[in-house]
Amino acid sequence: MEDLGAAFALALDLVLGGDPELVAIVGLSLAVSLSAVAIACLLGMPLGALLASVPFPGRPAAVVLLDALMGLPPVVVGLFVYILLSGAGPLGALRLLYTPQAMVLAQAILVTPIVAALSRELLAGLQEEYAEQLRSLGIGPWRAIPTLLWEGRFGLATAALAGFGRAIAEVGAVMIVGGNIKGVTRVMTTAIALETSKGEIALALALGLVLLALALLVTGSVAVLRGTAARLAHD
Amino acid sequence: MIRLLVLLSLLLAAPAAGAAEDFIILQSTTSTRNSGLFDHLLPKFTAATGIEVRVVAVGTGQALKNARNGDGDALLVHAMERELAFVAAGHGVLRCDVMYNDFVIVGPAGDPAGIAGGRDAVAAFARIAATASPFVSRGDDSGTHTKERALWRLAGIDPTRAGRWYREAGAGMGATLNMAAAMEAYTLTDRASWIAFANKRDLQLLVEGDPRLFNQYGIILVNPARHPRVNFAAAKAFRDWLVGPEGQAAIAAFRVDGQQLFFPDADCG
Repeated sequence: MEDLGAAFALALDLVLGGDPELVAIVGLSLAVSLSAVAIACLLGMPLGALLASVPFPGRPAAVVLLDALMGLPPVVVGLFVYILLSGAGPLGALRLLYTPQAMVLAQAILVTPIVAALSRELLAGLQEEYAEQLRSLGIGPWRAIPTLLWEGRFGLATAALAGFGRAIAEVGAVMIVGGNIKGVTRVMTTAIALETSKGEIALALALGLVLLALALLVTGSVAVLRGTAARLAHD
Repeated sequence: MIRLLVLLSLLLAAPAAGAAEDFIILQSTTSTRNSGLFDHLLPKFTAATGIEVRVVAVGTGQALKNARNGDGDALLVHAMERELAFVAAGHGVLRCDVMYNDFVIVGPAGDPAGIAGGRDAVAAFARIAATASPFVSRGDDSGTHTKERALWRLAGIDPTRAGRWYREAGAGMGATLNMAAAMEAYTLTDRASWIAFANKRDLQLLVEGDPRLFNQYGIILVNPARHPRVNFAAAKAFRDWLVGPEGQAAIAAFRVDGQQLFFPDADCG
């Protein structure tokens, strides 16, 4: 219990003190996870729209597969990317292992199914709603994809946020492919794991609180942006 | 959105640009990192040579495995026989002894196995088994786990078949010490991790001073003939510095709570 109290005090100290190492770690966490989510959105949202709009044989199975991939364990993704990027692996020549780029790749693989599956869910509902209208305008299922993405943009922000939540909180994948190298690939979650292993429980908890505040900040910003955009759209 | 992406790519390009400088990846162990040794040593080496050392801290088993894949330029680990086998198999070259310390057996202050104050590690392990007192094993194929298995073998006990008192954590030294503290269990730890560990709670140092608890650290360079992409020149510069007078003096000067954690004993045989 005393650890918890100490953690709050420490967290406040850390944030107010502006410790340069912490700032760098927070910056890298944000850069890696936001990049991964950006990639996941670019791939996952069109994929979700396609699955929602274009019927093809095997689509129900594809949907089930996609939903299942939301449960990908981060450690397994980390191992997969490690094998890919390892010096003995097919992409070893790129020398990407233990770099932030490798961490982005791993998180993008982890998050893309989440963004795609949630987008599909949302857009399938929209598609049903608009089916009549789209048909009367002569818009086929392929051409409906951009329309669905545009009309669903506010809901899709939630899919992106769910992906971000997964990315910023995961430790298994970035630990393996990043290596938790001080000043190079150390992010919030791997720093927390490190402090825990040093027995610095209060400091680990404090970092956890900072991470939570960070997540709040990002989701809060998105909520405000979305509210403003929605108001402008309806004016 | 586009501006955001540009900003992000700039952020990510920054570390990549840093990669153009001279650096090596050092595969090492949690005991050397968690004790703070690298924070003490590496700035001195970087100041002297301009070479940055990026430490990936894992168990010795995983460090050897990663290095065998060419993921790293050098290794600083502690499992001598496995290191020699690694070199003999052609994966590594130019091995040197660097420093040593020792392992200790820690456990709850209540000491249900009654091993406190002993100097015989094998006898202590036999007592723990005989009283079926909880013992947390690293269980992760690390250097410490290698030593622990050797001690059980000497005691003539196969703890993995012995019963529920023996728990394999499958984790690093710190996580294992956290578990031992929470479970009031015994465990084997290197002295550096023990002294630097901040969450000891009811755990106490119970057995030390057995010559069989000797813990030798060695450095090995990844064989450039096997992995042409390694930064051999920089890795060799690090090895030479570490076993040279400056590195050895820096190791001897490292203190936690006034205690010396590692003792230099460079020997490149």
